[in-house]
Amino acid sequence: MRLIDSSKTDTLPKLLERNSTTDPRGAGMREKTRGVWQTYSWRDYRDQVRDFALGLASLEFKRADKLSVVGDNRPQLYFAQLAAQALGGVSVPVYQDSIASELVYVLNHAETSIIVAEDQEQVDKALSLKDKLPKLRWIVFDDPRGLAFYEDPILRSFDSVLEEGRKLSQAHPGFYEAELAKGSADDTAMIAYTSGTTGNPKGVMLSHRNMIATAESFLEVNDVKRGDNWLSYLPMAWVGDAAFTLGMALVARLTANCPENPETVQRDLRELGPDAILAPPRIWENMLTIMQVKAGDASPLKRRVFEHFRALAERCELKKTGGEPLTLGERIGLAAGEFFIYGPVRDQLGLRRARWCYTGGAPLGPDTYRFFRSFGINLKQVYGATEASALIACQADAEANPNTVGRPIPSIEVKVDDRGEVLLRGPNVFKGYFKQEDVTRETVTPDGWLKTGDAGFFDKQGHLVIIDRAKDVGKLADGTAFAPQFIENKLKFSPFIREAVAFGHERPFVVAMIAIDMQTVGAWAEKRGLPYTSYMDLSRKPEVAELIGGEIAKANITLPDVQQVKRFLLLNKELEADDAEMTRTRKVRRKFVAEKYASVIDAFYGGKSSADVTMEITFEDGRKSTLSSTIAIHSEAAGEPVRQAA
Amino acid sequence: MSGISILGVANVSKKFGGVTAVQDMSLDVPRGGILSIIGPNGAGKTSLLNMISGFYKPDTGQIVLEGQDITQKKPSDIAALGIARTFQNIALFSGLTVLDNLMLGRHVRMKAGVLASIVYWGMAQKEDIAHREVVEEIIEFLKLQDLRKLPTAALAYGLRKRVELGRALALEPKVLLLDEPMGGMNQDEKEDMARYILDVNQERGVTVVLIEHDMGVVMDISDRVVVLDRGRRIAAGTPEEVQRDPAVIEAYLGTGKGGGRA
Repeated sequence: MRLIDSSKTDTLPKLLERNSTTDPRGAGMREKTRGVWQTYSWRDYRDQVRDFALGLASLEFKRADKLSVVGDNRPQLYFAQLAAQALGGVSVPVYQDSIASELVYVLNHAETSIIVAEDQEQVDKALSLKDKLPKLRWIVFDDPRGLAFYEDPILRSFDSVLEEGRKLSQAHPGFYEAELAKGSADDTAMIAYTSGTTGNPKGVMLSHRNMIATAESFLEVNDVKRGDNWLSYLPMAWVGDAAFTLGMALVARLTANCPENPETVQRDLRELGPDAILAPPRIWENMLTIMQVKAGDASPLKRRVFEHFRALAERCELKKTGGEPLTLGERIGLAAGEFFIYGPVRDQLGLRRARWCYTGGAPLGPDTYRFFRSFGINLKQVYGATEASALIACQADAEANPNTVGRPIPSIEVKVDDRGEVLLRGPNVFKGYFKQEDVTRETVTPDGWLKTGDAGFFDKQGHLVIIDRAKDVGKLADGTAFAPQFIENKLKFSPFIREAVAFGHERPFVVAMIAIDMQTVGAWAEKRGLPYTSYMDLSRKPEVAELIGGEIAKANITLPDVQQVKRFLLLNKELEADDAEMTRTRKVRRKFVAEKYASVIDAFYGGKSSADVTMEITFEDGRKSTLSSTIAIHSEAAGEPVRQAA
Repeated sequence: MSGISILGVANVSKKFGGVTAVQDMSLDVPRGGILSIIGPNGAGKTSLLNMISGFYKPDTGQIVLEGQDITQKKPSDIAALGIARTFQNIALFSGLTVLDNLMLGRHVRMKAGVLASIVYWGMAQKEDIAHREVVEEIIEFLKLQDLRKLPTAALAYGLRKRVELGRALALEPKVLLLDEPMGGMNQDEKEDMARYILDVNQERGVTVVLIEHDMGVVMDISDRVVVLDRGRRIAAGTPEEVQRDPAVIEAYLGTGKGGGRA
């Protein structure tokens, strides 16, 4: 019987109750504080959730009320979400790095009545919005640091709410259990706000059924064992974190581990050595860069050994994917490499125990992908969407492939309609957008198919391949199809290109705006003795333009003639979520960028060699300023011989 | 602030050869406040701090901590009594990690002998764990978690200043003497440091004596300001009072001239 069919296990807090009964001493959650990993057993975990839930009840938090959490991954913020759900409430996690004006929209739309904030920074933000949030009744803070002299009566400490809860539990024994029993599978568990590449964020309502059934489906085809360690370091407002730290961990009894703070993640990862991990491409790329920098700084002998085994691993990996057998010499070499290089590198990265690693959210460059695979890291692709409870498809160990996203997980049907859009049906399809029934009707067909908005197809072995957002696929002036993301991804595979935005819809040819990668281009410039001061200065160097031109020429070779990038420019600042150019999950907001840089795009096609840009930039604290500058436009003539980049 | 002083300096003088660094100086440091000492270069600020912390012995006068005369005590004894300090030029063990530097700050509070520490058993072990707890709390307080295991030599200047503050706090002082904690910092780093000093004072209840040149910071965070010039105290009072004092304006700006570093 599936968990969802039993009234004892059909909500997330009920699963917590089950875990605390069947495995009271097992580690439910851990957090690193003061340099030590501190454990909450399943029973401690349940007790905290119960006491906080009762505390919420004493603050008159009722069924269907909304509770928001804002902060880095902290056990208390997970407890608060489950506590709200135990009372039949809804959790609405929000992005901790959102600026105040973004928060106002989400918190108002969600009708949040209680905010649980991690620390002073988040409390300050919440207090500054208080007057604009008529439904807000309480702000509960976890870390009291710096808040001793705050006198606003709306503030409560997390501990004081727990204390209230303990009092209530003595006065009304059995109250929590009764509330818990009232919950059912189709109650809304959380509202996850999509980052919104167009317009305002939309509130995706996910039921307990969505969360639990999706976790069960995923677990059927993935190697997950009870007690496995999971690192909870991705933003809490992102549905993927909820799917694992709450859904998967409660269903399969994994231990969720919260890092000490965002700066220590890499070190905490190494200390913990999780049994499996999910990371977006930028984290994999970052790991690779760090490793290359470290290898470059090593002594010449060590560098040669590393280089030798790296090349060997890559050669063997290519042979393996091509189905060729390895020679005896290669096998012996790999075994030696495992001892000297591959094992220690995996250990340094904290991936020695990881049985599988997923990358998702955006494509990962094939070189990066091959590197990790060749070092014995089981890196695979996963595909999902907020509206599909985070998970749609994933790859089996034997079928890892950077070009596909794998097979749909069990009990989920996926099809591609005649326009090329990916549709799916199953228990992971969300309940609808909160207070936006019209948009829900546009997104889910009457017979239950969810339109993902992604354009894709199934390949010969039955794997799903995603090309682009369906609405972004346009046509060049001569009528040939133009998939901007497809082109951008090819460009972004270059280590020197951090972001790329391609244009070409109803235009004669394709152009691209490039944001260089400060770290790698900076290192490249230093090696050449090329002096520079800032990002802006670096992006203006003709040598850098030539470097990027070479990288684009390389990418062009892999593209059909008409899709090749003919002209490009280097942006003089990085694309920023604070400037609304990207979403908080770092997806380019194409339409917005096109409007912002309209003059540049005209200059591209007008054949000019430079464009004047005036733009507004937003600082982290929300202050704004304007920046005026002239950006040069470069040509990358198609068919030109590839200039060697480095 | 309460009128009771925690630290008293009475008629203290110090000469180096023919140069009088500090002359007949008296001041009271109220318990629980932030007292700033300002003045032009060579006014005797650092010399005064050096006498309070025991690095120099005054030629005349008396220094009293909580009723106890500390004038002739050794620096290590004064530290053990509860006065910690940071230095104008950072004084950390650059080859040691942040954690080890902070643990060293606990040294005067450690009781286990050499032999027991080598065996690392029983009391020595318990003591080490207790000290580590204090240090971890400071690491959290100053947000140094990601730097714990890095040698201090690898850190940026502003971070080293923060580590030095941490080491002083590891002593669990009653009085903290800070000698230009913001010297050489950019505006962001200064704002961070000012925040930490306020938190040290308000949340940990430590009395702070601060030497600082950035007048904006001094006027913002001090309860009381004492102004020195050529080894003498020329003014004292709240920041507002001091700013209006003609003697201060003269010492800083000269008479009838504009400019100056305030």
